[in-house]
Amino acid sequence: MMEQVPLSHVLILSTILFFLGIYGFFSRRNLITVLMSIELILNSVNINFIAFNKYLYPHQLEGVFFTLFIITIAAAEVSLAIAIIINLYRRFNTIDIDDTDTMKY
Amino acid sequence: MSASAVIFYVLSALIVTFGALTVFTKRIFRAAIFLLLALIGIAGVYILMEMQFVAALQVVVYVGGIVVLIIFSIFLTSSGNDKATPRKWGRVLSAALLSAAGLIFSIGMITTHAFTPAGIAPLDPSVRNIGLQLINYKNFGYVFPFEVVSILLLAALVGSIVIAMKSKNQ
Repeated sequence: MMEQVPLSHVLILSTILFFLGIYGFFSRRNLITVLMSIELILNSVNINFIAFNKYLYPHQLEGVFFTLFIITIAAAEVSLAIAIIINLYRRFNTIDIDDTDTMKY
Repeated sequence: MSASAVIFYVLSALIVTFGALTVFTKRIFRAAIFLLLALIGIAGVYILMEMQFVAALQVVVYVGGIVVLIIFSIFLTSSGNDKATPRKWGRVLSAALLSAAGLIFSIGMITTHAFTPAGIAPLDPSVRNIGLQLINYKNFGYVFPFEVVSILLLAALVGSIVIAMKSKNQ
């Protein structure tokens, strides 16, 4: 179906998404927005795995399995991170990464 | 240019736009909605690549689970105002420089590298084949990571309940 789209265009899409995520991860101050940037990064990696599986190694399913496990681990990571963020909000009444610096010193 | 190629380029434009809006918008609730739309677009790309199972998983887990969880936590932690705090321009500048440099470097690498397909007869990525290899314990099956990841999910479930639970003396 996707024969007319070269692999490099799919990789360019995932690269743009990855560096948008990197930008959000380093520039935003809200912890939940940082979490959303991490989701963008993980999704770009998933696109890469699926594209390599589809274009270069269509005789095996390793990319599908890696994507499957990445999605599972992302769900676990988000649930834990949100539990930590809610606990942090109860304790400090803020989720700004510059204000929650108790462990810094 | 075939219809699927047109659909792919339209979908990628949508994904990049919504991804950019996710990281550039000032309102956090809108960022969550833009993230949702970007994830749905990525599921569309999976369907174009004939990976229907992964697309279904993406919609169920990301759109139905993770984004809903993020929206709940926004409601639990936003203190009235939905505006983001003012930015630190030094940090924004360094992040923009870092990501632009990485983007240019990576796109240069991708466009110059020649990818060679394996050229072996393709395997149908149907749910049957995926399930057979996932539960297989020989022939490079994935039953051991499958069990490990199920234990990890259980640990994350219990751990997030314990962390988010209110203690009695508060």
